[in-house]
Amino acid sequence: MAKPRDDRAWLLVLPVVALVAFSALIPVMTVVNYSVQDSFGNNEFFWNGTGWFKELLDPSTDLGGRFFDALWRTLLFSALCLLIEIPLGIGVALSMPRQGWGVSASLVVLALPLLIPWNVVGTIWQVFARRDIGLLGAAVNGLGVDYNYAQDPLDAWITVVAMDVWHWTSLVALLCYAGLRSIPDAYYQAARVDGAGAWAVFRAIQLPKMQRVLTIAVLLRFMDSFMIYTEPFVVTGGGPGNATTFLSIDLVKIALGQFDLGKAAAMSIVYNLIVLAVCWVFFATTTRRESEAAR
Amino acid sequence: MSAVAPSSAAAAPAALPSARAPARRDAAARALAPRVVLGLYVMFLLVPIYWLVNMSLKTNLEISSGMTLWPEAPTLDNYRRIFTDASWYSGYINSLKFVVLNTAISLGVALPAAYAFSRYRFLGDKHLFFWLLSNRMAPPAVFALPFFQLYSAVGLFDTPWAVALAHCVFNIPLAVWILEGFMSGVPREIDETAAIDGWSFPAFFVRLFLPLVAGGVGVAAFFCFMFSWVELLLARTLTTVDAKPITATMTRTVSAAGMDWGLLAAAGTLTIVPGAVVIWFVRNHIARGFALGRV
Repeated sequence: MAKPRDDRAWLLVLPVVALVAFSALIPVMTVVNYSVQDSFGNNEFFWNGTGWFKELLDPSTDLGGRFFDALWRTLLFSALCLLIEIPLGIGVALSMPRQGWGVSASLVVLALPLLIPWNVVGTIWQVFARRDIGLLGAAVNGLGVDYNYAQDPLDAWITVVAMDVWHWTSLVALLCYAGLRSIPDAYYQAARVDGAGAWAVFRAIQLPKMQRVLTIAVLLRFMDSFMIYTEPFVVTGGGPGNATTFLSIDLVKIALGQFDLGKAAAMSIVYNLIVLAVCWVFFATTTRRESEAAR
Repeated sequence: MSAVAPSSAAAAPAALPSARAPARRDAAARALAPRVVLGLYVMFLLVPIYWLVNMSLKTNLEISSGMTLWPEAPTLDNYRRIFTDASWYSGYINSLKFVVLNTAISLGVALPAAYAFSRYRFLGDKHLFFWLLSNRMAPPAVFALPFFQLYSAVGLFDTPWAVALAHCVFNIPLAVWILEGFMSGVPREIDETAAIDGWSFPAFFVRLFLPLVAGGVGVAAFFCFMFSWVELLLARTLTTVDAKPITATMTRTVSAAGMDWGLLAAAGTLTIVPGAVVIWFVRNHIARGFALGRV
């Protein structure tokens, strides 16, 4: 049954629009405003047109080189996170109990990392991975591997990715678990009658049923890993050198550290457009699939 | 009965007896696999948290003088310092203030909007929905500087209101998204029957409709609480002294004598507690909630 058309519904949406417009549109306009101006301080601004954008998108300039380095690092980080967290999350969801006391217990434990403030997540991994006072750092070094995330770029990357896996795989697992629970028992019984193996059950029943929640999971995980700031900032501070300086960290350095408003604003806009473009593609494909399924 | 039954049920999807694998031992091994996977994953989640708690019960001398797997001389001194020092415990109060404010504001405006989206088509509804969601996708780093200026200009800087309103940018879209999912699951005949029976819209909405989506409201509140509680970047940027959240206080534990690891660990441990309490209350809705009501 189609929803009735009624433009008075706008009245119900108005408070949300007003509030989000106040909190989002005004800042966005400020950013756009800065991105086309230059300043020598003292609140004196003058027109710079698309100058910042040209500099930003030209890898041969200082700013452009810095931007593209951070962009590739962030993309690599997002890709690694998705590649590890999605399969691992599915695996964990498949091994969760479906009834009994184990359900509540594993749900509570799984959800725990999600409710820890992000800088505390950073702190936890900082004290866990340090070679002098951390269990992980000391154990790895005790095994004869030279591991020091504060000095070696590769170690820093391993630490930051492991931290993100620790922090967010639960989200993927909980989403998949929700999808799995919606499968009626009759499907499994039919599969048993047909003599289907575990892999066949997974491919033919479980994976298709998890598709919708997996889309949400991939979307959320891409967005949040692409925007990550706090956790690596606490653990590595973007170092060693610039090895873990992701886009957000670089942006905050330029905006609040150096107060280069024009550069930071132009970078904000390009950054935001990248996230929006990816998410729009995702959103469009899922809604199309849903409307096709509804037909 | 209690220990065996749930786990064998848990293994059901992965351990469907295959026609080609008649051996009993094979089936037993496959029934064990999920428990091993889950057990390893739970350990991976809990060990870093244990290390934090462990450190919070040690003195700094014991932390720096060598590795011990558990505190040899457990002390609550670190916790005592937090509960007696106003600059520490006021951080918790400040955090709770803006989290509660934010949850109340977000739910208050998101409820009618979600109803509109789930029940009617109206001018620009799909575009509006994507615009709202796009705010969830904007990196907080983009907003940090303009927020600072906006809230300074309107005199809200360094109040819980500034942080609560700033967090609305990503919490309202999320709340609308979750609630819309739950509300769409309630058949529209209920609305029509109530209208025929002579219920006014506000009375119907509060007394008939809200109890039907109570689970969804709980889940939305949980998510608003969660994302407001864990955020650091905006909360730190928008406060200096009076409204400084605990997460920002924690970033300043470096003293002249070096890092105060024990105190940092104790403060971190205390930030995990509210989350754990909240999870316990919503554990039965959590799986569906993470799928945003769309399963």
